[in-house]
Amino acid sequence: MSLLGTLGGTLQVAVIVGGSPLLLGVMRQVRARMEGRRGAGVGQPWRDLRKLAGKEAITPRGTTEMFRAAPVLLVAMTLVVVVVAPFVTTDSAIPQIADLFVVVALLAHATVVLALAGIDTGTAFGGMGASRETTILALVEPTVLVAIFALSVPVGSTNLSAIVGSSLAHPAQAIAPGSLLAAVALIVVIVAETGRLPVDNPATHLELTMVHEAMVLEYAGPDLALIELGSAMRLSVYLGLLANLFLPWGIATEVGVLALLGGVVAFAVKVAVLGAVLALVEVFLAKVRLFRVPELLAGSFLLALLAVTSSYVLA
Amino acid sequence: MPAGAALLRGSVQVRHVDAGSCNGCEVEIGSAFGPVYDLERYGARLVASPRHADAVLVTGVVTRNMAEPLRRTVDAVPLPRVVIAVGDCARNCGVFAGAYGVVGAVADVVAVDGEVAGCPPRPEAIVEALRTLTGR
Repeated sequence: MSLLGTLGGTLQVAVIVGGSPLLLGVMRQVRARMEGRRGAGVGQPWRDLRKLAGKEAITPRGTTEMFRAAPVLLVAMTLVVVVVAPFVTTDSAIPQIADLFVVVALLAHATVVLALAGIDTGTAFGGMGASRETTILALVEPTVLVAIFALSVPVGSTNLSAIVGSSLAHPAQAIAPGSLLAAVALIVVIVAETGRLPVDNPATHLELTMVHEAMVLEYAGPDLALIELGSAMRLSVYLGLLANLFLPWGIATEVGVLALLGGVVAFAVKVAVLGAVLALVEVFLAKVRLFRVPELLAGSFLLALLAVTSSYVLA
Repeated sequence: MPAGAALLRGSVQVRHVDAGSCNGCEVEIGSAFGPVYDLERYGARLVASPRHADAVLVTGVVTRNMAEPLRRTVDAVPLPRVVIAVGDCARNCGVFAGAYGVVGAVADVVAVDGEVAGCPPRPEAIVEALRTLTGR
């Protein structure tokens, strides 16, 4: 555990926990402006969270410990990823865990926990949302693994810090065919996994079209605040991984006020720009039929597979 | 306003319940959240579940079939909660007073904290009612 890694781990928690609701605010604001509305302001998700935290906690009749534990587990597992992944600094606070397989498994595990909580409520929509989420997860998971694996092939290590460090040392890697294919595959699965259009509509009010929202319909008050914060953090984590795996420039490589400040600013700008672009594209998209989603995700898996193949063949 | 309504400053999630409306009020609520009046800029947002809500907008007279669902919906909203009766039907049964399928106005079924008059109320009136809650 190096000093740089420890500092990075601490900064990353502060930046992502504090900044992920703001990212959500920026994305909603971009969407509102594109639709000709004024929008509620960038700070609105934080105002929502503050209010939810002060509201009454409700445990619906018939729910078990799974329902109560899920929000805490969701935030906790995402926090581990936030601490170890290379977002602000190349070194990791706990290098053994900054591994491609561990990070992807933790992120997937958080989804599984939420799906179990959705089933636990025993409502029709909770179970339906959970079944849809696991369908999507089963297709997303291999794609994320294979896409990031394509990046790890030239590096010879599945450690995320090593991958980011190697991209910094060899900038030409960023435009290698394997890298570009993996980037496209990862973008598609990030859209699916974070519940954005065209796979899921985060602003829908119609239960029949919901995926993520349907699982959390029964949550209220502080539990809902945790889930919303956890979902926002997941979005930041995925966008941060996308940004730093393919465009790692600006990340802090040494201990120093300026280097760390630069790392924080570069990370915030990259994630904010990616989020704004995602929101911008969403305005022009309609949700695809649920039965078409597997085709979309199978396509992205194919791209990831080609990325790995080209990484081996063209290396 | 009920105790604790100050918590809702800046952020009010709204669940809409149609208890037996002619859909005139629904059209006006729809336009209050549309691009012209844009209630969302004041911190109010429509949500899909009463568990996520702070305020319940009830429209229409309460019909026999909707009396129990309305009670359960309001009970499902975590405290502090606000119930707003939107439109003349919800306030005093309007033109449907005394009709055979009507239980009564919203206040006869659940505790009401605010009212919006009109048949249908103009979007400005709905915006005004929710802005007193969000304070923005």
